[in-house]
Amino acid sequence: MGATVTNTNTGEKIWGGGNEPMGANYGKLMMWFFIVSDALTFSGFLAAYGFSRFKFIDNWPIADEVFTHFPFLHGVEAPMYYVALMTFILIFSSVTMVLAVDAGHQMKQKAVAIYMLLTIFGGMIFVGSQAWEWKNFIKGEYGAIETKGGSIIQFVNNKGERVKLEDFAVQLPEEREQLKRSNGRWFMSEETLPTYSVAEVQAGFKAHPEMLVRTEKIYRDTKEDIANTKLQPGLNKNKHREILTRAESDIMVSNAHIVVEGANLKRNEYGSKLFADFFFFITGFHGFHVFSGVIINIIIFLNVILGTYEKRKNYEMVEKVGLYWHFVDLVWVFVFTFFYLV
Amino acid sequence: MSHEHVSNTRRIWLVFALLSVVTTVEVYLGITRPGFLFMHNFLSMNLLNWVFIILTVYKAYYIVWAFMHMEGEKASLRWAVVGTVIFLLLYLLFILLVEADYVYEVFKNATIKWNF
Repeated sequence: MGATVTNTNTGEKIWGGGNEPMGANYGKLMMWFFIVSDALTFSGFLAAYGFSRFKFIDNWPIADEVFTHFPFLHGVEAPMYYVALMTFILIFSSVTMVLAVDAGHQMKQKAVAIYMLLTIFGGMIFVGSQAWEWKNFIKGEYGAIETKGGSIIQFVNNKGERVKLEDFAVQLPEEREQLKRSNGRWFMSEETLPTYSVAEVQAGFKAHPEMLVRTEKIYRDTKEDIANTKLQPGLNKNKHREILTRAESDIMVSNAHIVVEGANLKRNEYGSKLFADFFFFITGFHGFHVFSGVIINIIIFLNVILGTYEKRKNYEMVEKVGLYWHFVDLVWVFVFTFFYLV
Repeated sequence: MSHEHVSNTRRIWLVFALLSVVTTVEVYLGITRPGFLFMHNFLSMNLLNWVFIILTVYKAYYIVWAFMHMEGEKASLRWAVVGTVIFLLLYLLFILLVEADYVYEVFKNATIKWNF
């Protein structure tokens, strides 16, 4: 018994609870363990994203071409600026949160309340920005065609610049009415019809002999790719999508199956179908975390104003919710890297 | 709480400045994509992606250590949280990414054209 190192002499009850083996009390420790499990969940999602991306490494959409919008700058290509702004907003709201925790340690009720409020605003702006980003992603800009084989083809002019469907598709005298629940039986409906039919895009492509097709596949300067006679000479650049010759483009367009505008869970105009699914799921799951973080922050903020923690003589609840808020920021750092940068 | 709580506002703003600078560098590199990084590979990934991943881990370190105040916690708590996540994450990534590369090779060298 002499070897057992317990300090029973001091009177502290090791097995009866009351001591803190990791130097953190119950609530804080459980918050840390929740964060571990949530971090593993996000890791699982991002690793699955990595799996699909490595699997389709030759035809994964290039983020710079997808996220190019900035508020009030219509038609200006602004890759990444908006998402960089969102990142700054979230980092800044993390700073105000840690300032609130810091003020809490010094029992400054008013300062805690102000910093909490700023944090809540930061979170709200972030969620709003994400909604705007989703709106642009869902609406799309250029439009594309899905071929019978399931690949997405886009349209470029003879300089390799993207061309929108509305700029070349012709209006044919054809009528196709949307089937709604109100005109059939209650269970009968169909997906929203695209602005142009396949025939209209095909006719428009025929009327513009200078236009070419750009495929999903990414061009690399390998011997095979250089020798490939199906590719338009002079336009293909390393690590950009392959642009076909006019003859090959005609074959592709004749294989057209569906007009794709924007993105949904089944297909998207940007390329690989899985891309939109992962985008919606991972940024959506993160956005939901930010949203719940804002709600929890509001509850804690109200408690601060009501003086709950002043009566309790400690502001540890602010610290706990702060841990969660920083975790949300931490996840965004990774989402930002793997969706927008890499 | 065993550790003392002195106001460390200065450090918070320093970390914020650091995170902002790193993010700005990332965005700048992401927009310009300099060729000497983007066109050269290391372990079948281009150098630019390695730079992004290293900078991300660097930012993550500062968020956890300074903002989540991990530096003030006991070593046992640090290891219980960070060690678990890093070990499981590396394991998962190794298995999934190697498998994905294999599936890619299978698709690429298959006689059946799957996407046309």
